[in-house]
Amino acid sequence: MSADDIHAEAERALRLCSACMFCDDYCAVFPAIAGKHDYSLADLGYLANLCHNCRGCYHACQYAPPHAFALNLPQALARVRQRSYADYARPRWLGRAFAHSGMVVVLVTLASIAAVALAADPAALYTTHSGNGSFYRVVPLAVMMTGALAASVLPLIALAYSAATFWRAIAPHATSAQRWRALPRALGDAVTLRYLGGGDGGCGDRIEAPSRRRRLFHHLMVGGLALNFASTILAALYRGWLHWEAPYPLASVPVGLGIAGGVLTLIGTFGLIALKLRADKAPTVPETVRMDYAMLGLIASVAASGLLLLALRASALMGTLLVLHLGLVLALFVLLPAGKLVHAPFRLAALWRSAIERARPLRKAPD
Amino acid sequence: MSQLPAHCHVLVIGGGAAGLCAAIAARRRGAEVVLVDHAAVEWRGGNTRHARNFRVVHDMPDDYAPGSYPVAAFCADLARVAPDGDATLTQLLAESSATLVPWLQAQGVRMQRRGRGTMPWSQRTVFFAGGGKAAADTLYATAQQIGATIIHDAEACGLRVEGNQVGAVELIHRGQRATITAEVVIAGCGGHQANRDWLRDSFGPAADSIHVRGIGTVRGRLLRAMMDAGAATVGDERRGHIVAVDARGPEVDGGIVTRLECIPYGIVVDRNGRRFADEGGDTKRTHYARWGERLLAAPGQFAYAILDDDGIHRASPTAFAPIRAHRVDQLARELGLDPQTLTTTVDDYNRAIVAADPTSPTAWRTSGLSPDKTSQAWPIVQPPFAAFPLRPGITFTHFGVAVDPSLRVQRQDGTRFDNLLAAGMVMAANVLPRGYLAGLGVTIGAAFGRLAGEEAARHVGR
Repeated sequence: MSADDIHAEAERALRLCSACMFCDDYCAVFPAIAGKHDYSLADLGYLANLCHNCRGCYHACQYAPPHAFALNLPQALARVRQRSYADYARPRWLGRAFAHSGMVVVLVTLASIAAVALAADPAALYTTHSGNGSFYRVVPLAVMMTGALAASVLPLIALAYSAATFWRAIAPHATSAQRWRALPRALGDAVTLRYLGGGDGGCGDRIEAPSRRRRLFHHLMVGGLALNFASTILAALYRGWLHWEAPYPLASVPVGLGIAGGVLTLIGTFGLIALKLRADKAPTVPETVRMDYAMLGLIASVAASGLLLLALRASALMGTLLVLHLGLVLALFVLLPAGKLVHAPFRLAALWRSAIERARPLRKAPD
Repeated sequence: MSQLPAHCHVLVIGGGAAGLCAAIAARRRGAEVVLVDHAAVEWRGGNTRHARNFRVVHDMPDDYAPGSYPVAAFCADLARVAPDGDATLTQLLAESSATLVPWLQAQGVRMQRRGRGTMPWSQRTVFFAGGGKAAADTLYATAQQIGATIIHDAEACGLRVEGNQVGAVELIHRGQRATITAEVVIAGCGGHQANRDWLRDSFGPAADSIHVRGIGTVRGRLLRAMMDAGAATVGDERRGHIVAVDARGPEVDGGIVTRLECIPYGIVVDRNGRRFADEGGDTKRTHYARWGERLLAAPGQFAYAILDDDGIHRASPTAFAPIRAHRVDQLARELGLDPQTLTTTVDDYNRAIVAADPTSPTAWRTSGLSPDKTSQAWPIVQPPFAAFPLRPGITFTHFGVAVDPSLRVQRQDGTRFDNLLAAGMVMAANVLPRGYLAGLGVTIGAAFGRLAGEEAARHVGR
């Protein structure tokens, strides 16, 4: 579909919705279109990212296909959302990644693993190591640290730049006091995934069984990744301040956090994949679903390779697994501004605008 | 998909709120229940699909409605719009509505909590979260879970009657004739508003212009079969709840979104480009119900609402964008109206406005026009100018079978059917032989449906 067609279809759908509003308690999208007569491109991008794709409105919709109106708001907004990731990506060439997201994830992952493998010491790769600093005999510490910094800082800058560009496009007219007052609510809505619930009824993966499992699995995945991140930071502190080199014993805090994080991440990602496989495909868009699967697969691979590395770190497979794991982590960071993970800051930006607009006095209801 | 059984205790005909509540109530009392619905499964839910809220009596503020709404107030509201309604059944409806919210919740239906969403609070009605289709889907899931048999694409088209007993019901199921016998039958279906031939009998050739706002399967064949079997009727088949809808909407099943509430903010011209009614005469929320009759009487059953840009922004958003132009004569050309006549109509209207109290534009009116606009006479001056094409759209007919307080269908000879009950829109005219109140359709369906299901279970000894 062309950009014009995508935007025209979203506007058609939103017009029907604003004339109906039966779903107004489902999420923040409906209050945001109440009384709205016209939609700018920025409005469409805002509403598309405010939608959490819970699909509750699709299943509740009396105008959904086969009705002549063929109303499918989640699908229309998913297309606009995908488009907004590409349009607001900075530097702009990153935007092209979203057209072939599955392929990009695969290629970047392979390239990242190859890059780590090239940095590894071929002599140390296939031998058994033990004791402090054994990982660094495979991939030298200086290379690992430089690589980690470059791989995280550059993509994070690009991600922040993209999100800031999107925010500038959608930011509402408000005083800075109004903006900052609304931020805690926006952060709360984002962290709790408040709108991934179809207004308490649960996510509409399937019409006959809306459930809160999608929110739960997402929380598990994000929580698991947070534990992994904490584990990595802690390990860096151990090394930097205590001069205590990895690998750490099983009973240590970094390893404990890593195991818990890895397991939770695996449960979360596999849960989300399972829900996606069972879900009704009608209110989705194939491109975005492929992007979701690719990113879920990558995250699950990071967690699985990390756990495997831990289990087999005393064997001759350690070198290979370390290269694989570091390569997958590298890919995850490189893909931050060019894959599914951009949804996090974009959605936060949309939730922020929504929180600012809802903090204003409501329009008087007609008598 | 379930197979149509040959026999059951309770046969429920109709798949909207009335049929679903009847089936669930009867099944919960232990009766074997079969529900047959004319609609295919993807269209299930009757016109509850298009419903949003329902009117309920309550003594005190609760999670869903503020204030209170006593039985007496419910009955008085209904008596005001329909003074000729049956007082006993109205009282029964009001009392039964008081327990509808917890009962529907027990069936899994989710209602919208006060303060959620964007609709103004209503003291008299409770809103379904997600609207009527979400509620109907939940009721279907519950009915199936507790063991009611649901058969779609099955139109009840005939009754076999012996004395005051219905012996069997004739169906057309997926194009095939079929028969089912039951100890008791509940007609929980609709009237006949989607039957074009019947509408033509009632409204003449003008019926061809009427959009049917609800689903297309409400053909009234069971209503006709009951009449043929000697059922007494109430209401008037030539009376319906008819409103102004956007002519660009579908002829059938446009639902809530094609109604146009913008008329008080502008003027309405017929196909000759001239005004023909007072657009400011009745500006309550139900004003658009007056426009059905006016459109039916207008030449070609067609008209245009004309607004300026300020008027558009005073009105609610519409499903279809208005037809816009920068000058009134250009707008007329877009609409196929005579540019000179429409320009004159708008100019005459603007000149006739008497802004008696400049601070209260809702009280502005015109003077010297025929007809005058008696309130909200805002000038139409701010481009772009906008138009909506209007057609009459029928919601339901004020016509159905007469029932007694046990909801058994009455016969013309003064007796009643022993095992034929009715609930929902097919008997709504008992309490609502004219007019409408917000949220009454679902209440009539759910409250009478539940009562009919309980009565049917008693009838079969459960």
